[in-house]
Amino acid sequence: MLILDTFLIGLSSGAIYALMALALVLVWRSTRVVNFAQAGQAILSTYIGYEVMNRTHNYWVSVPFAIVAGAAIAAFVDAVLMRALEKRSHKGSVSEIAPVIATLGLLGLIRSLTGMIWGNAYLQYTSPASGKGYEISHHTIPFSPQNLIIVIGALVVMGVFAAVFKFTNLGLALRASSFQPEISRLAGIRVDRIRTIGWAFAGAAGAVAGALVTPTTYLSPNSLDLLLVSGFVAAVIGGLDSLIGAVLGGLILGVGFAFILQYIGTSVTFSAAFFILIIVLFLRPRGILGSKIGRRDA
Amino acid sequence: MSGLLVKNFSVSHGAIAAVKDLSFTVGKGELAAIIGSNGAGKTTLLRALSGLIPHQSGEASWNGNSLLGKKPEDLVRSGVVHVSEGKSVIPELNVKENLALGGIWRKDKKDVALATEEVCELFPRLRERLLQSADTLSGGERQMLAIGRALIARPELLLLDEPSLGLAPLIIEQIFDAINQLRHKLGLTVVLVEQNAMSALKIADIGVIINVGSLVTSGPSQELLADANLRAAYLGY
Amino acid sequence: MRKSKSLSALIFFAIGLFLLGLSNFVDELRAYQGAQVGIYVIAISSIILLTGFSGQISLGHGALMAIGGYSAVLSYNHWHFPMLLAFTFGAAVAALAGFILGMAAARLSGPYLAGTTLALAVGLPSLANQFHILGGEQGLSFDIGEAPKWIADKTGGDFTQYKWFFWISVTCTLFTMWFIKNLLQSRFGRTWRAIRGNSSAAALSGINIGRSKVLAFTVSSALAGLAGALLAMILGLVAPMAFTLTLSFTLVTGAVLAGVSNLGGSIVGALVLVVIPEITDAVATHLGGSEKISANLPGLITSVLLILTVIFAPNGPQLHKRNKSGKAKTQ
Repeated sequence: MLILDTFLIGLSSGAIYALMALALVLVWRSTRVVNFAQAGQAILSTYIGYEVMNRTHNYWVSVPFAIVAGAAIAAFVDAVLMRALEKRSHKGSVSEIAPVIATLGLLGLIRSLTGMIWGNAYLQYTSPASGKGYEISHHTIPFSPQNLIIVIGALVVMGVFAAVFKFTNLGLALRASSFQPEISRLAGIRVDRIRTIGWAFAGAAGAVAGALVTPTTYLSPNSLDLLLVSGFVAAVIGGLDSLIGAVLGGLILGVGFAFILQYIGTSVTFSAAFFILIIVLFLRPRGILGSKIGRRDA
Repeated sequence: MSGLLVKNFSVSHGAIAAVKDLSFTVGKGELAAIIGSNGAGKTTLLRALSGLIPHQSGEASWNGNSLLGKKPEDLVRSGVVHVSEGKSVIPELNVKENLALGGIWRKDKKDVALATEEVCELFPRLRERLLQSADTLSGGERQMLAIGRALIARPELLLLDEPSLGLAPLIIEQIFDAINQLRHKLGLTVVLVEQNAMSALKIADIGVIINVGSLVTSGPSQELLADANLRAAYLGY
Repeated sequence: MRKSKSLSALIFFAIGLFLLGLSNFVDELRAYQGAQVGIYVIAISSIILLTGFSGQISLGHGALMAIGGYSAVLSYNHWHFPMLLAFTFGAAVAALAGFILGMAAARLSGPYLAGTTLALAVGLPSLANQFHILGGEQGLSFDIGEAPKWIADKTGGDFTQYKWFFWISVTCTLFTMWFIKNLLQSRFGRTWRAIRGNSSAAALSGINIGRSKVLAFTVSSALAGLAGALLAMILGLVAPMAFTLTLSFTLVTGAVLAGVSNLGGSIVGALVLVVIPEITDAVATHLGGSEKISANLPGLITSVLLILTVIFAPNGPQLHKRNKSGKAKTQ
């Protein structure tokens, strides 16, 4: 029974990691940048959702607001920050990693900003769903209605993304632009705009992750930090180029963490991320489903 | 003024002048073959005309409207489509998706469907492989796909960069045949950049010969084909 | 124009004496901050060495500092190493960690390396809770005691512990700068520069890129370890809280502000990092701002500076002038 319990815990956290990884991979595929500010954008969107929830006392109303905020923030970041970087790509050792450092700066900026506006105190983002586990024949499993919402929410997001990518012209343009931006330009696609839309999708995914997971813990400027690392590790495990890989990686990491937590202990969890990452990169540097375009072509 | 006008056009790669002070005109509905050996600057010329890279000086206009300073995606909307060198298809997508890419920006979806149908008539091999991934296509099929995609945008001016590159002679003939048919049927103006001078000049109205970025000569293709010196230098006989 | 080794050593020595003498005339706070600046200079230089000169990014140097700090403290407390030996030990252990990390890093690039070092930065400090000997959240205390009597006598008046910290920090900093300067002028430095300039050409001319990169990582980590040990010294303890993710980010920030290829800029970067909290505190109290604002203002300003710098001057204040075609005139 313990194994099933642990698996269920892992499923819920894995769903969140999958969403964060999805967001990271979306941006990586279209711009070859790992957006370390993703967690920052997500927390800011969550704060906005929180404000809406405070005023309407309705969790379900607040979530769409958070999503829209997430999309808007991300679009803004791409349109302003990333374009500015592109326009000025100098040569030199920093310039290849300039976008990475810019996203780090952005992360710090958002954290400070949220701290200034809302303070560093722990806030509660209440959801109507109970955090108490379901009762199945006198046994309380560590899977609550809130966990169920998390898993369903993640599935819905992934489903929507999959549908958009596979069946719509927008999805086709997004895919084409991320695979071959030059050819797409020559075919008439406004690659810059499409890229911004890609970022908006990523921002929305991050916002959903934030809105889903925060009710289970607390809201503060730093509360999504572990998510940042976990999301990245999950993306790498799955292969940075693969959206499906991101989901898989998230699940693997979530379940893996849960088992480590259960059988080894709490304090190893943080370092576990590092070790899992090293092992995966060692054994299969391009991740489970990563493409053959190697990790050297950053 | 109608047609393509290129005047005193210069393009540099860093410190190297790839195209130097080039001038030529292509009348509306004509097919111009731009000939030169490797490194002559032909590809650079096309990339600068379609807005992929900046130019240093000179003019270039299509039907009186300047081509310069515009992004490739904007030029597509004005009817200028560039099929780039190498296999310019997206291998991660299938044939149908590659074709669809050419018409996403267009508002007239009915015409897009019509154009797609026409392309499949012109290149039946594509229809056979519609749902196959583009990276399973042969070299010739990819070229057909790239040109097909360009046609769905209903271009008026088509810039083709070395469509024969790496293809077998039989396929080259098929493709050049198709290009020639097309431009007569649709009234297209075509700029055909080629190393395969002979085949290109045969279907061309005019030829423009470039060496190391500068113009060697230009004129009606029949005259160029008849010129023994040129034939020796560029056509090998 | 290459100064001879002895001349430059003499210059460093002279600067050292000057700074040490200066410490007599400043108050406690400045002495402490001076020590902080020194530590930052070492840490930022380690990043400049790694990123600016061998093109590898690390978001985890805070963790390397932690390794150095903890090693130094453990050897001091349990094996009773004298202070300098403890510092050296800290640097050595960090170097070993850096060597291992560097071996992994040589096969990674860009975001993969960034993410791995990020995971290290987040993961490592929490190990303190796993092993009892590392003292858990409270950490381990580290007291190097007062200055030796002969120094106190020489300077007359009160030679406080903070001034002693300052002296140690400055001495280590000057030594580090001198060391790096010579390293960069040696064949290692030339190798790194060659790789930085054009790695394919470098490989073709016989340079073993992997080995050079690992060496850079190792040296960089050793310096970070030293900085960590010094940090432990001025804090009086090592604990996970002293080596947060923010520290790693701050170091990268300092390096970028410094001008990542420019070693001298590390002083500028360090000063900026130490001065900003001062200024923002003053500004905040002047504006009568709340706790929320004053606590977060330094982070805000630093982040904005980082973003602006990386957009407009990613390689720092351009001391190497470039002409219009993008070729560097000097290198």
